[in-house]
Amino acid sequence: MMETVTKTPTKESSAEDIKYKLIAENISASYDGIVAVKNVSMKFRDRAVTALIGPSGCGKTTFLRCLNRMHELTKNATLTGRVLLDGEDLYSNKVDPIINRRKIGMVFQKPNPFPTMSIYDNVACGLKLNGVRDKKILDEVVEGCLKMASLWDEVKGDLKKPGMSLSGGQQQRLCIARALAIQPEVLLMDEPASALDPIATQKIEEMIQELKKEYTIIIVTHNMQQATRVSDYTGFMYLGDLVEFGETKQIFENPRNETTAKYVQGQFG
Amino acid sequence: MITPEQRAEFRTHFRYNVGRRLVLDKIVKGTVFLCVVVAIVPLVAILVNVFTNGSAALSWDFLTKIPGAVGSDDPGGIGPAIQGTIVLIGLSSLIGVPVGVMGGIFLSEYGNNRYGRTVRFFNDVLAEFPTIVIGVFVFVLVVLTIGNFSVWAGSFALSIVMLPIIMRTTEESLKLVPVTYREAGYALGIRRYRVVFTIVLNSAKNGLVTGILLSVARIAGETAPLVFTILGSSQFINGLDGPIDALPLRIWRLSSLPYDSAVTQGWGAAFVLIILVLSINIGVRYLFLRKKEKTFSKFKRLGAIS
Amino acid sequence: MMAIKMKKGSPHVDKIFKYVAIGAATYVLAIIALIVFNLGSGSAQVWQQEGISFLTGSDWNSVEGRESYGAAPYIMGTLVNAGIAMAIAIPLSFGIGMFLSELSPRLLRTPLAMVIELLAAVPSVVYGLWGLLVFRSYIRDWIEVPLHNIFGDNSIIFAGTPFGLDILTASIVLAIMIIPTIASISKEIMLAVPNSQREAAYMLGATKWEAFRLAVLPYSKSGLIGASILGLGRAVGETMAVTMLIGNATGAAAFPSSLFQPGQTMASIMANEFAEASQGGLHLAALVGIGLILFMMAFAINVVAHLLVAKVVKSHEGAVLA
Repeated sequence: MMETVTKTPTKESSAEDIKYKLIAENISASYDGIVAVKNVSMKFRDRAVTALIGPSGCGKTTFLRCLNRMHELTKNATLTGRVLLDGEDLYSNKVDPIINRRKIGMVFQKPNPFPTMSIYDNVACGLKLNGVRDKKILDEVVEGCLKMASLWDEVKGDLKKPGMSLSGGQQQRLCIARALAIQPEVLLMDEPASALDPIATQKIEEMIQELKKEYTIIIVTHNMQQATRVSDYTGFMYLGDLVEFGETKQIFENPRNETTAKYVQGQFG
Repeated sequence: MITPEQRAEFRTHFRYNVGRRLVLDKIVKGTVFLCVVVAIVPLVAILVNVFTNGSAALSWDFLTKIPGAVGSDDPGGIGPAIQGTIVLIGLSSLIGVPVGVMGGIFLSEYGNNRYGRTVRFFNDVLAEFPTIVIGVFVFVLVVLTIGNFSVWAGSFALSIVMLPIIMRTTEESLKLVPVTYREAGYALGIRRYRVVFTIVLNSAKNGLVTGILLSVARIAGETAPLVFTILGSSQFINGLDGPIDALPLRIWRLSSLPYDSAVTQGWGAAFVLIILVLSINIGVRYLFLRKKEKTFSKFKRLGAIS
Repeated sequence: MMAIKMKKGSPHVDKIFKYVAIGAATYVLAIIALIVFNLGSGSAQVWQQEGISFLTGSDWNSVEGRESYGAAPYIMGTLVNAGIAMAIAIPLSFGIGMFLSELSPRLLRTPLAMVIELLAAVPSVVYGLWGLLVFRSYIRDWIEVPLHNIFGDNSIIFAGTPFGLDILTASIVLAIMIIPTIASISKEIMLAVPNSQREAAYMLGATKWEAFRLAVLPYSKSGLIGASILGLGRAVGETMAVTMLIGNATGAAAFPSSLFQPGQTMASIMANEFAEASQGGLHLAALVGIGLILFMMAFAINVVAHLLVAKVVKSHEGAVLA
């Protein structure tokens, strides 16, 4: 028997909820007939990193994709629940998804820069898509985002080089810069370092520590050590349920749930 | 580090163009759908026209009798054309199928070298040859040398059209058979040729037959190679070294005659030809390739479907 | 203990088998060599007589004693005919490819793809018959006559009273015939773009069209060009439908000028004049010479197309192995 340690969410925002940047309420999601996420609710604090851990197939990536309305792009996808960003429901019918998607940036497991575009164009394309034409603003944002992604020093010499000419780790940082360029409040990262070597991984983890000073970051990872290094809060998911959620230190050193304890001790995975 | 205030400031530069973008999105979707409609309409139109106009001509006499004198009361039938098409398909398959299959076996089993690459390249070249050029070639080589139009010349020409298609579809089908099947055979001490014949060809059976049937449908409809080689005829076959008629050729000839009866016969012949070609195409799809869309699209690209 | 006899085969047959397979493959090379040789020798007469003016001249006189042949009008005719067909077919085909890869519901994909294939399965002569007896009246009444009334004989391309058997009709029907080729390859190429690319675009807040424009189109560009060139190769070699619809002009009059005038392509003049020329002589040599030119054109186009498509496969691998 598993205990869920999530608080039952209240419908109206209470004073307590204000320090939560992003709130997911009763998210249930499925695709292709498989139920991947079962009534999961989570609250994510601003200026903090929250990690989602759990064995393969537990639904953590599906849940992540529900937060920025990417899940509905999967075939035969269904979803119920709400996602509130600064109190505003991202799933409301009044606003087109394309507007809500740009409020939350996302980085994927394998780096996927646009192969025919230069480094500059890769970062700037989100801005151009949203109607920004002013070259000064574009230059400013591109430089700012590449600096935040710890890539500026390595590429500032030639921003016109093709995005694909970079190494794997650099490409991932380019994708992070691209996601940051559309000025999101929250950054979602789906196992961002799993395809990278240890040194590139380290660079990304250091960058995340810097970024959290001004952003809300949610990172899905199958690497428990990474979660302890990088995150302030951790949610453990198993078979579509949120089993336990709390401060990272507590989850790993003092888990209240038996399944959590087994997982963090490496007894299954 | 970009603070939330700075972010909000940057966001003011986002233009409120979302409405326009969504409208453009809808326009593009509509246009693209229209493209599909525009493509389907001719197909439907052709089939409808051929079936309605052609069925008027159909009768047992039509299918079996010889054509009557041009402009006379009794228009006769297209019997020789039907016979001709069947005979031509049969004879060209006699050359095209064995050579094509063996060539495909070469490419798949022995062809992983420079010679194989050369053959593959030139096979693609031959597959994309304008068929009228093939007709001219056979004319110069065979008809002029022998001195008359013949069934042989026509079959030879069609076999050249058929050959590269069968060769490639055979190669692709054989390549789909896992290497482990072959290795299992070799491990049992079975010689290569027996492995190919009893194990590999057997597993690739479906693909092979599909490729052959599709190439048959293709040559059934080919006119250009026949223009130069068989002359056409109003009689049933009189020996394989004489002229012969064929459905596509007859349709072409009928289309240029000013008589209503000829027009009706033209539709009728087109009806018979379309039924033959489409039933092979549709039949192949449903019998063999129900779940193998990938194979089918590969075959398409290789020219099996003209 | 039962000894099971297994037919393992003899080493001699194995060798023979291998050589038979090699022989079959060599047959292809032999045929091509034979074709090229025969086209050359069969047309030698006209090259000797006309020289380079066979390619540039526009005479077409088969009267004995004054025979003179030039293929230029038909080369132009082929290019114009194929060019107009491409101009119509390419946008339609890309649209169909885009629909099938991005927009169509799963269930619709297979039946639609099959319909497109059936378009390709219809024999050329049936397209010609239908064009001749049905479609051309519609083109004449709905497109040609109105255009001629508006622009009249003042314009070059709309001059001449339209009868429906002309360059325009032949090009439109040719376009319908090459759509399946270009559309199905375009669809494959677009489907081959990894979904992660589209997701990156959606993440930035792109609409479906914008995601296509950002993620799919640049990735597929050279493949789409390759698909188009393959369609061009088909268009250049297409004979029967064009022959039945293009009107059969010869000589200098066959130079493409107005869309509403009869024209002639290399393939169609061969089909149209064969009966006259089959006795032999210079006329036949001229037709064979045209066959040679047509072959070389189609060969060059297809080689370019294959190189482009091969490049697409290579570049995809490079991009995927990021």
